[in-house]
Amino acid sequence: MVQQQATFSIWRGDSAGGKTVDYTAEVSEGMVVLDAVHQIQATQANDLACRWNCKAGKCGSCSAEINGMPRLMCMTRLNDLDLTQPVTVEPMRAFPPVRDLVTDVSWNFRVKKKIKKFKPRKPDNPDGSWHMLQGDIDRVQEFRKCIECFLCQDVCHVLREHQMYEEFIGPRYFVYTAALEMHPLDTEDRLPELKQSQGAGLCNITKCCTKVCPENIHITDNAIIPLKERIVDRYYDPLKKLFRMFRPKSEG
Amino acid sequence: MIRRSLGQTSRRDVWWVWPVLVFLGLSTFIVYSTWAAFQGRDYHFGPYLSPFYSPELWGDSPHSWFGPKPGWWPAWAPFSPALLILWAPGGFRLTCYYYRGAYYKAFWADPPSCAVGEPRKSYWGESSLPLILQNVHRYFFYLAAIFLVLLAHDVWKAMWFTDPGSGKAHFGIGVGTIVLAVNVCLLGSYSLGCHSLRHLIGGSRDQLSKAPLCAKAYQCVGCFNRRHMMWAWFSLFSVGFADLYVRLCSKGIWHDWRIF
Ligand code: SF4
Ligand code: SF4
Ligand code: FES
Ligand code: FES
Repeated sequence: MVQQQATFSIWRGDSAGGKTVDYTAEVSEGMVVLDAVHQIQATQANDLACRWNCKAGKCGSCSAEINGMPRLMCMTRLNDLDLTQPVTVEPMRAFPPVRDLVTDVSWNFRVKKKIKKFKPRKPDNPDGSWHMLQGDIDRVQEFRKCIECFLCQDVCHVLREHQMYEEFIGPRYFVYTAALEMHPLDTEDRLPELKQSQGAGLCNITKCCTKVCPENIHITDNAIIPLKERIVDRYYDPLKKLFRMFRPKSEG
Repeated sequence: MIRRSLGQTSRRDVWWVWPVLVFLGLSTFIVYSTWAAFQGRDYHFGPYLSPFYSPELWGDSPHSWFGPKPGWWPAWAPFSPALLILWAPGGFRLTCYYYRGAYYKAFWADPPSCAVGEPRKSYWGESSLPLILQNVHRYFFYLAAIFLVLLAHDVWKAMWFTDPGSGKAHFGIGVGTIVLAVNVCLLGSYSLGCHSLRHLIGGSRDQLSKAPLCAKAYQCVGCFNRRHMMWAWFSLFSVGFADLYVRLCSKGIWHDWRIF
């Protein structure tokens, strides 16, 4: 890509409201959206607020909506975008705006506190250690890749469109819960609240969370649906219920 | 935050293409399969039986299990062997996790596409009636597994052609045999990637290593499951085509080639 100019329509405002403002930036080979935002910040709009940290897609700070899709600004290359039209850069819609591209994502941290902690079984060895097989934690390791960018929370229509913040914990926390529930050492039971107050049933498996996850976690297929199936086992499957009556102690 | 209205979005891409294709694809299938199911004729040809009509519990073809249309069938109701059984594979697809996500988008705009505004403010998801009933999916899977065995048996039967002169059955393969066989393979790839099966066969365990057989099976199901959407569409197309093939041969419009 040779040096060229591109227009960026960036949302400017705060909790009281705002609008998009057009800026022109010089773009060159290898640039990402975050570079352009920084350039605009340095040369034209010193008060433009944006959150970032690693510029390597690993800290999860620079989440925004680029041309309407939730994405990391630091991982969105300009040569993948159509620069003949203005590129829109907006804050995440699902969270209250603080200023410009910065949103208040603290709701997520409050939700996380409500999820029951890891509760390992008694240690296998006298020195307090456990045995685990790699094969048993492969599944959980996928979930540990999460960088808490909250793009999945932002795109999920249950939060974004229906604003069910009280009754639904969102895809990020289904991933988190799945990592604990499927852990070979964990003995805690999180299914009752998952069904009731955390709203696993509200997810209608439309997979937008999976689509936007920058870590390519198969959120819907590997975390949410397996949790839904565990809920079916416990609450909806009459045969399983019958089975449990005769074999009350099941595997943890 | 101001709620967006239907279709409102900052997205620039043609986000509506996929939901429109899903809408057209599923509608075409529903219209064709309903029409074909109500026909009650032209569903068998030589040793071939249309998958929409298998198993043929009661009916007039040589494939029928229990003879012709039962006496207790109400006179006013239209009869077709397909109507007796098609609810099972239909229910399997209707409650499939993939199709659910797809038709909530394409038919109910909930959401129309990711990050696109919706028509309704209220939302219940799958946690109350009627959608809570989707949780029966695993039972439909059990039925689908039986159907799979029966359809595989139909392929076997489709390899035995009766000689019109001697009345003896000869082993052979026709294009129809291949159509039915490919259909069973695709239906198998779809059904064996079912999320409920994946859970039942191993996903429900946290320590799969304790059950090596389950671990192996879980991996196999996982292979099909990763491409569940693809298998869902391929098998939908093939099952419709298999019916069409048998139907057109039976009507004499297409000629079935015997390969040997
Ligand atoms: S699959 Fe479920 S959690 Fe993910 S975006 Fe869709 S409704 Fe939300
Ligand atoms: S699951 Fe993916 S999209 Fe969601 S917060 Fe984690 S990394 Fe981000
Ligand atoms: S700046 Fe860290 S993920 Fe973008
Ligand atoms: S999830 Fe698609 S068939 Fe079961």
